[in-house]
Amino acid sequence: MRRREALRVVANDAVGPYSLLRVERGGLEPGSPGQFFMLEAPGRLLPRPMSLCQAPPGELSFLLEAVGPGTRALAAAEPGDRLHVFGPLGNGFRLDVEKPLLVGGGIGVAPFPYLSDRLGAPPALLGFRSDWHAEAAALVPNAEVVVEPTLVTERLEPGHDVLACGPEPMLEAVRGLVPDAQLAWEAPMACGYGACYGCSVEIDGVLQRLCVAGPVLEAA
Amino acid sequence: MILNASGCLDALEAPEVARALDVFVTKTVTPQPREGNRPVRIAETDAGMLNSIGLENPGIDGLLEDKLPRLAELGVPLWVSVGGFAASDYARLCALLDDRPEVSAIELNLSCPNVEEAPESAAELVAAARPLTSKTLYAKLSPAATDLPETARAVQAAGADGLTLVNTIRGLALDDQTLQPRLGHELGGYSGPALKPIALAAVYQCYRATGLPIVGTGGIATGRDALEFLAAGASSIALGTILFSDPDAPGRVRRELADEFAARGLSAAEDATGLAHGPRPATVV
Repeated sequence: MRRREALRVVANDAVGPYSLLRVERGGLEPGSPGQFFMLEAPGRLLPRPMSLCQAPPGELSFLLEAVGPGTRALAAAEPGDRLHVFGPLGNGFRLDVEKPLLVGGGIGVAPFPYLSDRLGAPPALLGFRSDWHAEAAALVPNAEVVVEPTLVTERLEPGHDVLACGPEPMLEAVRGLVPDAQLAWEAPMACGYGACYGCSVEIDGVLQRLCVAGPVLEAA
Repeated sequence: MILNASGCLDALEAPEVARALDVFVTKTVTPQPREGNRPVRIAETDAGMLNSIGLENPGIDGLLEDKLPRLAELGVPLWVSVGGFAASDYARLCALLDDRPEVSAIELNLSCPNVEEAPESAAELVAAARPLTSKTLYAKLSPAATDLPETARAVQAAGADGLTLVNTIRGLALDDQTLQPRLGHELGGYSGPALKPIALAAVYQCYRATGLPIVGTGGIATGRDALEFLAAGASSIALGTILFSDPDAPGRVRRELADEFAARGLSAAEDATGLAHGPRPATVV
């Protein structure tokens, strides 16, 4: 059951260029991998959607990249600060897979530590812009790492149940190679719970709200 | 009474939020289904947000057949917001809603900033809708009218029972790097804290001009904000953008407003409505 609470920041650690923001769990449930939470971005009007990265006992953690005013505010949060967190929201990955392979690109690896934990550390194939960005791969066990100009799709071998998260061109390319892959998409969201209709994306030819129809969708 | 602003809550996705309201107002329904505008549809700015959803809705048939029966099960009084592209659209929608017992009032969205407007004036749209329904009719107006009190008087004369003030106001946000519009539809409706003084002025002026019941909306985030809208002349308030960041806002604003009343010795919203129009206290030098 989703709920919203002001949670205390436990730590905010650099992982390469990213920030791993850890908050006390409070009364929130971690949900299933691929679900997301709306995080209050201090000083901003709207919260920001972040998938859960890890669920250590008593905590929730989020891996984020400071790319705009909201994520910069979250990256600057300090231990002891309190942030409103609302979730878990949306639909996560289907976990009834026989031969899982996690395929991620850049900050798209964010949900994989929790997903890997729930799937028993399956193999992962992760792509990054640079060695510095690739430091985030340390959070994911059993990961094969490629750095640009090599792309994950060049290493993708058939015969796996692919669960993917990353930039849209990567997801499109994965979908082309693995038609039944589970793909975690992203869109700007104001609310995360179906209220604003801001995150509509075209799914199967019709516009649907990604926050309630996704963010994880079956490729088709 | 605390309502949601139309288009700022899906009661079927978040029934617990809708049940914390006194009235649930539907997303605007149009005669035909609409997919809405292409993404990107929202953009946060420094003092508010822009949206260009574009009246995405299942059309009146979808509302009547599918959504309305399910909304009625929530047990919250329902207002239906209706929109269109000509006076005949408003008339037809009101006629279709008139015999639906689930609907306690109709709000005429006369001011969506994200779609083509009907060619008729707000008063002409109200006049077209009025004879076709005996339900309470609220007219939702834009703060961008050249003479809003005059528009308000005209919709009153045309038969509106109340006013909803205000809708969003048109705005633009450009991308930091490319200087291109951030929204797919380029322009959007501006809402949030920056809208509050504009909405308060609209409520203040239209209360004087008409004396009609007013639903005040625009940047309300706290009980204090709600109190100010009542003082300006609103009899009810509606929560919009705040619902996006705080789904618990209906209960919280209600508690905060009760505290504001208690601190001032007020017992009900009626005591607060119009206080800003009373005799001014002596200026303290």
